[in-house]
Amino acid sequence: MIQRDLIVVGGGPAGMAAALAAAENGVKDILLIERDQYLGGILNQCIHPGFGLHQFKEELTGPEYAARFMEKVKARREIEVSLRSFVVRLTRDRVLTYLKPGALEEVRAKAVIMATGCRERTREMIHIPGNRPAGVFPAGLAQKLINMDGLLPGKEVVIVGSGDIGLIMARRMTLEGAKVKAVLEIQKKTTGLTRNVVQCLEDYGIPLMLRHKVARINGKNRVESVDVIKVDDNYNEIPGSGFNIPCDTVLTSVGLIPENELIEQAGAEIDRRSNAPVSAELNKTSIPGIFVCGNSFKVYDLVDWVTRDSLTAGKLAAEYLGKI
Amino acid sequence: MEYDVIIIGGGVTGAAIARELSRYSLKTALLEKEEELAFGVSKSNSGIVHPGTQNPADSLKGKLCVRGNFLMRKIAKELGVDFKEVGELVVIFDMADMPALVRMKEEAEKLGVPALQIVDRSWLDRNEPNMGPEVVAALYAPTAGIVSPYRLVYDMSENAARNGVEIHTSSRVTEIKRTDGICRFEVHTAARDVYKTRFVVNAAGLYADEISAMVGLDYFKITPRKGEEFLLDKKRENITNHLVFPLPTATSKGTLVIKTSDGNPMIGPTAHDVDSRDDLSTSEEGLKTVVSFVKKMVPSINENDIIAYFSGLRPVSGKDFIIKHEDSVPGFVNVAGIQSPGLTSAPAIGEYVTELLSRNGLVLTEKKDFHRYREATTHLFAVPLAKTKGLIEKDPAYGDIVCRCEMVSAKEIREAIRRGARTLDGIKFRTRAQAGRCHGGFCTSRIIKIMHEELGLPFEAVSKRGRGSELIKGRTK
Repeated sequence: MIQRDLIVVGGGPAGMAAALAAAENGVKDILLIERDQYLGGILNQCIHPGFGLHQFKEELTGPEYAARFMEKVKARREIEVSLRSFVVRLTRDRVLTYLKPGALEEVRAKAVIMATGCRERTREMIHIPGNRPAGVFPAGLAQKLINMDGLLPGKEVVIVGSGDIGLIMARRMTLEGAKVKAVLEIQKKTTGLTRNVVQCLEDYGIPLMLRHKVARINGKNRVESVDVIKVDDNYNEIPGSGFNIPCDTVLTSVGLIPENELIEQAGAEIDRRSNAPVSAELNKTSIPGIFVCGNSFKVYDLVDWVTRDSLTAGKLAAEYLGKI
Repeated sequence: MEYDVIIIGGGVTGAAIARELSRYSLKTALLEKEEELAFGVSKSNSGIVHPGTQNPADSLKGKLCVRGNFLMRKIAKELGVDFKEVGELVVIFDMADMPALVRMKEEAEKLGVPALQIVDRSWLDRNEPNMGPEVVAALYAPTAGIVSPYRLVYDMSENAARNGVEIHTSSRVTEIKRTDGICRFEVHTAARDVYKTRFVVNAAGLYADEISAMVGLDYFKITPRKGEEFLLDKKRENITNHLVFPLPTATSKGTLVIKTSDGNPMIGPTAHDVDSRDDLSTSEEGLKTVVSFVKKMVPSINENDIIAYFSGLRPVSGKDFIIKHEDSVPGFVNVAGIQSPGLTSAPAIGEYVTELLSRNGLVLTEKKDFHRYREATTHLFAVPLAKTKGLIEKDPAYGDIVCRCEMVSAKEIREAIRRGARTLDGIKFRTRAQAGRCHGGFCTSRIIKIMHEELGLPFEAVSKRGRGSELIKGRTK
């Protein structure tokens, strides 16, 4: 079996930063595995500005932010990148199995850094009752369809949840000519950044309805409307406060979940509520030599913080390998 | 065009009848109103192959269920269907219910259900360790199993098609005219096609009463009985070793913990009659009822593990199946009210209907070139990694993963399209892509592109489940 000093799983901002930090701290043999056909991860679909204010002291778009790291990764001889590569198994003793077009590879690593990011909570996870027509999209999928594929998933939109992706998509869809009728948030305040509420909703006159939830999605084949109702402090529906919003699309932006199924498979302890590794220290797991960084360790508001903590993960791995 | 038999309805019942008839030299067509097969009642089926413990010994349900359970194994072997015999436990919480459990066992033994056994708490502790403390005993039926309900439909219908049965989707029957001559019926569809035929088999599920009424037979009515089901994350695959049932009630088999052939455990269903035949909505109450009930049987079930939910409608008409040749309308066979154990019974219904047709004048000549076997569809999630390696080396597209949650490759998605998938749901049912924990968040965009390439569909025409359910409303500026 092929042996590697360090394998980093995930070529988004976290994985790139971790691999770079490990290389800078003396690790000579690093394999960076990315399942997509390019590095950068979700940043590639985040074409809006607002990235890098802390890390670079300037405002960049997602692809610009990613490009800075891609260039550095490319320049590092210690880092080998394997694209279109999909890890299917990780064991406790750090054997990784991954598939890529044409091959299934098995590699043993002295240390592993998991930088697998997060996934969106779905409509199913927040149990929105009603029908299951076409037209209900996680906000991140809508973002990908619009920004990467040039496809507009809807014309009359209600956004459920006020997470940052939802707010960004409210503006994005408005700019593409869609009518965003409301952003509904069950809590008393938005879960997104204030600057996004101002720049993405207020500047475009999109109503943010706090303490409102979707009681039901209507429509047989495609979304036709949503029933909305106000809730009290305990999230109970307030009788008589219901109303209907006609729309053809519902975007959900109701939180993100760290993706840790691989380390769970390896036997690492996972918090059932947050799906994050149970860990006494930043970037560590209950298995020595397996590290987790970026949004798979903890969901961050800003990519700048992902980078900062992933640099630490790279250093920790170098330390573990006796390079520091 | 003139036919010997027209089957109306492309669910598990229609597909099983089609496959059975395809053994003989007949001109047969199956008409389905939806864009793909298995899009009606069958898509929400729980996939349980019942042993036959839950029906009266003198009922059609009872007989066909036991025979169907036997035949399912044969069909699974012939068609590469992923049948697994996992066994079931019907549990009781109070020793006062023991007589009912014993009665159930005796009734099932009359039907010939093999190897039944009443098991006590210590057996359960050894064999079903996650069982709740309140469970005192159970009826163990080792011959219960699981299949994928939609893949069963696709596998049977593909084999039927291979053996000459025409499958016409998007073909809603609007009228059946009785005619003179050898062909006694003209079946008209919304697409304005006309099928002249000697026999009609009505396997139209929720709409069987409407189809029957088209030839003047309106003596039964289908009442949709809704069941809400909740799917758990695949990570909880081994939360139970068996299918776990409570003692049944008058209207349903109760709320169960179901193992599925996809790995995800499922909890449910609820059971209540509804008015609308397309009310597939789920509710907050449904969820609460199901979760609180199954926790009594298996306390470690956690609401946070639910990754999907849906509801299905059982086509109920009275207590038993209605399967008969209508002597007042010679050539017309009703196969109606096929609710649970309909999926299990389907292969036996296929046999039974074929015999009914034969008794009423259909001449059955066995084909010499009947293709009994179908090569099993490859699913990466179902094969060991050592085998995956070989597959990828032979065809690199197996290593191109599209759906990360369920590990579905581009190869499998293209194959599904070549085998008839036309919609995102059709791809999901065949391959499991989009069916995992992210619910298509990551892979939908790629699948849309593959459908565009394979089918030549404009992006705007790619739909979830047929016309009206398109995903894309236009292009960006």
